[in-house]
Amino acid sequence: MSVLVFAESSEGKLKKTALEVTSYGKKVAEQMGTNLVVLTINSNEASILYNYGAEKVLTITNKALNPFNAKIYANIVKQAAEKESAKVVIIDSNANGLYFAPMVSANLNAGFASNVIALPSSTAPFTVKRKTFSNKAFNNTQILTDVKVIALAKNAYGLVENKVSGTTEEFSPVLVESNLVSTSIEQTSGKVTIADADIVVSAGRGLKGPENWGMIEELASVLGAATACSKPVSDLGWRPHSEHVGQTGKPVSSNLYIAIGISGAIQHLAGVNSSKVKVVINTDPEAPFFKAADYGIVGDAFEVIPKLIEKLKEFKANNA
Amino acid sequence: MKILVCISHVPDTTSKINFTENDSKFDSNGVQFVINPYDEFALTRAMWFKEKQGATVTVATVGNATTEPTLRKALAIGADDAIRVNTEALDGFTVAKELAEVVKNGGYNLVLAGKESIDYNGGMVPAILASLLDFNFVNACIGLEIEGEKATISREIDGGKEMLEANLPLIIAGQKGLVEEKDLRIPNMRGIMMARQKPLTIVESSNGNAKTAIVSFEKQAAKSACKLVDADNVGELINLLHNEAKVI
Repeated sequence: MSVLVFAESSEGKLKKTALEVTSYGKKVAEQMGTNLVVLTINSNEASILYNYGAEKVLTITNKALNPFNAKIYANIVKQAAEKESAKVVIIDSNANGLYFAPMVSANLNAGFASNVIALPSSTAPFTVKRKTFSNKAFNNTQILTDVKVIALAKNAYGLVENKVSGTTEEFSPVLVESNLVSTSIEQTSGKVTIADADIVVSAGRGLKGPENWGMIEELASVLGAATACSKPVSDLGWRPHSEHVGQTGKPVSSNLYIAIGISGAIQHLAGVNSSKVKVVINTDPEAPFFKAADYGIVGDAFEVIPKLIEKLKEFKANNA
Repeated sequence: MKILVCISHVPDTTSKINFTENDSKFDSNGVQFVINPYDEFALTRAMWFKEKQGATVTVATVGNATTEPTLRKALAIGADDAIRVNTEALDGFTVAKELAEVVKNGGYNLVLAGKESIDYNGGMVPAILASLLDFNFVNACIGLEIEGEKATISREIDGGKEMLEANLPLIIAGQKGLVEEKDLRIPNMRGIMMARQKPLTIVESSNGNAKTAIVSFEKQAAKSACKLVDADNVGELINLLHNEAKVI
């Protein structure tokens, strides 16, 4: 018996979520009284996983596995789960994780829970808390099958160091055929993505026009943050759709979310309220966002943001 | 091209979410139900294939008779016919199994769905359906073109996008970008009248065993009041974020 974690890497480097799911997996393994096995593909940093509790690391080195292919990866995780007699398989909620985790569950004929935000409240029956109704609520879900597959929501558990003396084993699974072919990948370079960001700076129609986004980008760059926007802003074409956050846009679960000139419609709040700390800056003190935020400034963004940028630069200089 | 669009019947995005029966069931009292917004992107793309490339479009849902107005709305938008699998949607796995039967029996070669429903947010039905049928599958799809048997697909990845190619049969889990928000259609009177005449087939099901069960719901905990900082004193905000919230 074991707990199996899939730790995703990109260009050889483990993603932050890989360390988070490993930290989480270690705790689940302890709850179940068993060991943690972590599977990585084309990563040259496997030994880092020992620091987060991986007793055993399965590494696969195979150029054919680059780029990601959901069907092939799902089948590999199935083979690893069977080889290690895994009772629980844990995957992150990156784009690839969300894509192939349910396929892993189908391959293993296992029950699946996504958007999991906490350790199992019980391991028999196996019960996890997950986000539901687009962040407006939670549910406690029992997985009834012998093998369980879960996808851990981003930033739900954090990184927990737990150094163990682990071992690494090279794993050579059989690769299934797939005629779904990746032809190109376009990466928006040099920018922090909303998915990875600890801080997200988001702006709405209160900014009055796309020409005023310079100060938002500057604020984001001072904070090392990603930029985002409300739905009307992306619908108006002021900003790209990839920046739209909210119920039908990207979900945000950052440590800090700063909403500027966004009133806080229920659909917007649903998409961002799993962020840990929320700040609102708006001229209208009646804006619904003030009810959802932790900190707020009632004021004009065009006056407040330049001052905030200036003060933050001073703060960063003093705390460097 | 025979297209099946999977429709989930969900509470409107503005709904207040409440629970009943000791927090074990969703309280649908006074709640307006709509086509799941992600499925609406899929349906709209299907209408494009119908109008430009002569595809036929069937919509399907798994649920009891209360879901029928949502299917009729999809018919009013322009789908040719509808299928309702008459069983409770117990979990994503059982829904995928029911839909797999629909796909096999109907010989569909393109299945379009939303990437998740905005109520249970499982994000699993299209992927499991693809696994059960051994069809190609692309999640978080933001672009789809079909020429003959060949599909060109783009999907959102972390910080960018990936272009892919595959042959039909294919399953797509879509989101905004598959079509734009402005392309979404509101049914007109003619569509609504025609929808009444279109076939809505009810399929009985074996009602397979669920692999998961929801034991209880919880609402978001009430949060403490927002701390207001004076607009002339933004330094105080930085102080609070650094020393109190510890996020910068």
